Amino acid sequence: MNWQFFLEVLVGGLLAGVMYSLVALGFVLIYKASGVFNFAQGAMVFFAALTFVSLVERGFGFWVAFLITFGAMVVFGVATERVVLRPLVNQPPITLFMATIGLTFVLEGLSQLLWGSQPHGLELGIEDMPLEWLSQNAGINVSQFDLFAALVAGILVSGLALFFQKTRIGRALRAVADDHQAALAVGIPLQQIWAIVWTVAGFVALVSGLLWGARNGVQFSLTFTALKALPVLILGGFESVAGAIVGGLIIGASEKLAEIYIPEFLNAPLTEAMGVSVNLAGLEIWFPYALALAFLLIRPEGLFGEKHIDRV
Amino acid sequence: MSDGRNIGEVILNLEGISLAFGGVNALQDISFDVREHEVRAIIGPNGAGKSSMLNVINGVYHPQKGVITFHGQTRRNMDTHAAAAQGIGRTFQNIALFKGMSVLDNLMTGRNLKMKCNFLQQALYWGPARREELEHRRKIEEVIDFLEIEHIRKTPVGRLPYGLQKRVELGRALAAEPSMLLLDEPMAGMNVEEKQDMCRFILDVNDEFGTTIVLIEHDMGVVMDISDRVVVLDYGRKIADGTPDEVKSNQAVIDAYLGVAH
Amino acid sequence: MLYRDAGQFKDTYAADQQIFPIRQDRIGITLVLLFAFLVVPVIGNQYWLSAILIPFLISALAALGLNILTGYAGQLSLGTAAFMAVGAFAAYNFVLRVPGMPILVSFVLAGIMAALVGIVFGLPSLRIKGFYLAVATLAAQFFVVWALTKFGWFSNFSSSGVISAQTVVILGYPFDTPVRKYLMVLTIVVLMALAAKNMVRSSIGRAWMAVRDMDVAAGVIGIRLMHTKLLAFAVSSFYCGVAGALYAYGYIGTVEPEAFNLDLSFRVLFMIIIGGVGSILGSFFGAAFITFLPILLNTYAEPFAQAIGLQLPAGMVSNLELIIFGALIIFFLIVEPLGLARMWQIAKEKMRLWPFPH
Ligand SMILES: Nc1ncnc2c1ncn2[C@@H]1O[C@H](COP(=O)(O)OP(=O)(O)OP(=O)(O)O)[C@@H](O)[C@H]1O
Ligand SMILES: [Mg+2]
Repeated sequence: MNWQFFLEVLVGGLLAGVMYSLVALGFVLIYKASGVFNFAQGAMVFFAALTFVSLVERGFGFWVAFLITFGAMVVFGVATERVVLRPLVNQPPITLFMATIGLTFVLEGLSQLLWGSQPHGLELGIEDMPLEWLSQNAGINVSQFDLFAALVAGILVSGLALFFQKTRIGRALRAVADDHQAALAVGIPLQQIWAIVWTVAGFVALVSGLLWGARNGVQFSLTFTALKALPVLILGGFESVAGAIVGGLIIGASEKLAEIYIPEFLNAPLTEAMGVSVNLAGLEIWFPYALALAFLLIRPEGLFGEKHIDRV
Repeated sequence: MSDGRNIGEVILNLEGISLAFGGVNALQDISFDVREHEVRAIIGPNGAGKSSMLNVINGVYHPQKGVITFHGQTRRNMDTHAAAAQGIGRTFQNIALFKGMSVLDNLMTGRNLKMKCNFLQQALYWGPARREELEHRRKIEEVIDFLEIEHIRKTPVGRLPYGLQKRVELGRALAAEPSMLLLDEPMAGMNVEEKQDMCRFILDVNDEFGTTIVLIEHDMGVVMDISDRVVVLDYGRKIADGTPDEVKSNQAVIDAYLGVAH
Repeated sequence: MLYRDAGQFKDTYAADQQIFPIRQDRIGITLVLLFAFLVVPVIGNQYWLSAILIPFLISALAALGLNILTGYAGQLSLGTAAFMAVGAFAAYNFVLRVPGMPILVSFVLAGIMAALVGIVFGLPSLRIKGFYLAVATLAAQFFVVWALTKFGWFSNFSSSGVISAQTVVILGYPFDTPVRKYLMVLTIVVLMALAAKNMVRSSIGRAWMAVRDMDVAAGVIGIRLMHTKLLAFAVSSFYCGVAGALYAYGYIGTVEPEAFNLDLSFRVLFMIIIGGVGSILGSFFGAAFITFLPILLNTYAEPFAQAIGLQLPAGMVSNLELIIFGALIIFFLIVEPLGLARMWQIAKEKMRLWPFPH
């Protein structure tokens, strides 16, 4: 086995994993504060990236476009709270989840209605080239862009973790997450908190959208970033920031390793054993799910969850 | 109140039961028994571990220590299916009816264990499956008569007032014709009249069908009135066990209820 | 006046437990069935039969399958299309590889294959609930489509996994015209809908609903959670599998695995949300709605826009469709979570009391 290549794959996977963590974090934020599994997170990423790129293409500067897009995300967050969440308060979580599937469709349609459905390139000024220093000294090719993206994502993730732990609003958010009734009783306005959380999640979506968009182009497939983040959530738990981070890294790394090595090592023996040609290429589309599920079967409470027995 | 009934042998015996959730010791080394046909009450302040006790008896919770002997069979823990199959019925502290179903369907569900047709026969709803439904419907109507809920047969349970929901939940347990009933605060939150009705139903069940009753209740008047023996829990420990009179005059019980510091 | 049950006293439990206890419902259903079986084949043209009614019936069957799992047993699934795919490809392979295989038997076997796959992907439901399970069903969605594309054997090594359904011949009688295909699909769907109705009003249906509404209490009654949930997965997947087989044999003819993508799963989910979660009739309402809406939009959006002097850009209609679907979902969840079926029921109740509103 070529260890340098292995390392390249592993590092590439971990870096991608950080980006999964970022998207997963968007889910976790909303889930923690409102108990809503927001399926629209991927559509939000798409909407943000598409809006940003369209503004830039119409001659707006980076930061102006960034601010306008953020503004749009705020409007979206507040509108969602008013129009969708508020009327559905106290409904079973599954109902809210299905509502966010509806929201996904609205947002996807709206994005393309506003900005058209052709794909766009997005330049953040960092090229997707191997970092020279590393390839020369260690013989390992690690994309400069991936590193940058991971760095940005890492900063954002830590920032949010701190925000949750240390600030007054952050603590209020957690209080809401733990017990809606109690939060109301001590005078935390639930609606406001929800609007804030959706705004923050919108911000996370914006940053994810820029990073993913610069990496793979701004196109409809950006909505699938959400699907990439779901196994991370199963693994790390819907409520755990740490779970999102560690889960993202595990999923990212194992997905890349599986993508490269499983077909390499298993195709030939399986072909021989079964007598028909077997090609496992492309298994990365379901592998993370299988991995997360296998893990859940062993440890249903997830990576960091606590064992929970229903009260009756 | 052992008029007319023959209180029999011990049919359920719990020995050295301990149950903890994380750091919370819900039950610590508890032993007690239940005799056939008796009304056995479990009392104690909030959080004492009463509901946990019932949950251990019918296998909803699995204790870390102790053994349970039911009808001569000794186990580390019950499982819910075995408990139901052996005739243990149950109501819950917080109403646990099937919200999306009518009263009739809730009661019919209570007889699920007794229905033997498989899903293919039921898909055809022909011959045996149809006969089975009708036969069980007849039994259910007896329960409906007994609990005097004819008028709400077809009503979705979610639309019923609280007191009636509690009654339907009792009905669902009765539908299975249990030999032992575990009732978790069947009269909580009821007005006096509703309480009287519920008391009457419980005593009638005990009297007419000989059903053994294990009951959690906060209303001392009711407990002293209808139970044969009382076990008292406090902070997960058993502090007294005996007839209502014995328990009433027990100093530890008085302290626990008056909130004397430990 | 017309819709009254006054005077219809039930003097036996058997009468009270009929499949449709109210006389007007019985008459109504009979009329609809007569119309569907006798009149539609005569008046329906090819477009109506092949492009609207057949896909509507197949969607309704898939929605019925999902409704059993999600509406009755309370296990949310996002992998409906995967089970349809299993059905389509299984039927194809049974007919292809087993000489003399009768087509109807192959449909049943296709359903059974889908049921087996459903059980496998239902296994996680024993340990995980709610969202976790919903996400787990996505694994089925991705895995099945991937496997059918990757392993040439399933499609008899055709390019990119496309299969062409063989001609349907039942007892020597070819089902090759739109009318005949329609009648075949209609018969199967009606029979399976009746079977579903029977199941949900029997003890298995009550066990499903009990697990859905309060699983701890269900367990305490003696309902085996594992058995009940897996049976829901199996029966549901059976229905979806047969729907998939009909999709290939009664509708499209030539299918690729990608046809059964996540989008289709969502469409079926939308059908039950709009039509009515936990309602057999609702599955039909929802399927009708989701089938007709795009057709209406495609037919009328363009002329309407022109009439008010607007030029619709390309792709506008499909985006509008996304928005309308999404908005409708939210609307129904907020206003009537039990969907069209519940609205229909309320309307009937009103009629029953009319003209004395109580
Ligand atoms: N499923 C559970 N998970 C965690 N802790 C639990 C669980 N069930 C019970 N407990 C804890 O065990 C202790 C005993 O609870 P239990 O419900 O048995 O009390 P109780 O005597 O029924 O009280 P009450 O009168 O309030 O109903 C409590 O501290 C409770 O918080
Ligand atoms: Mg209790």
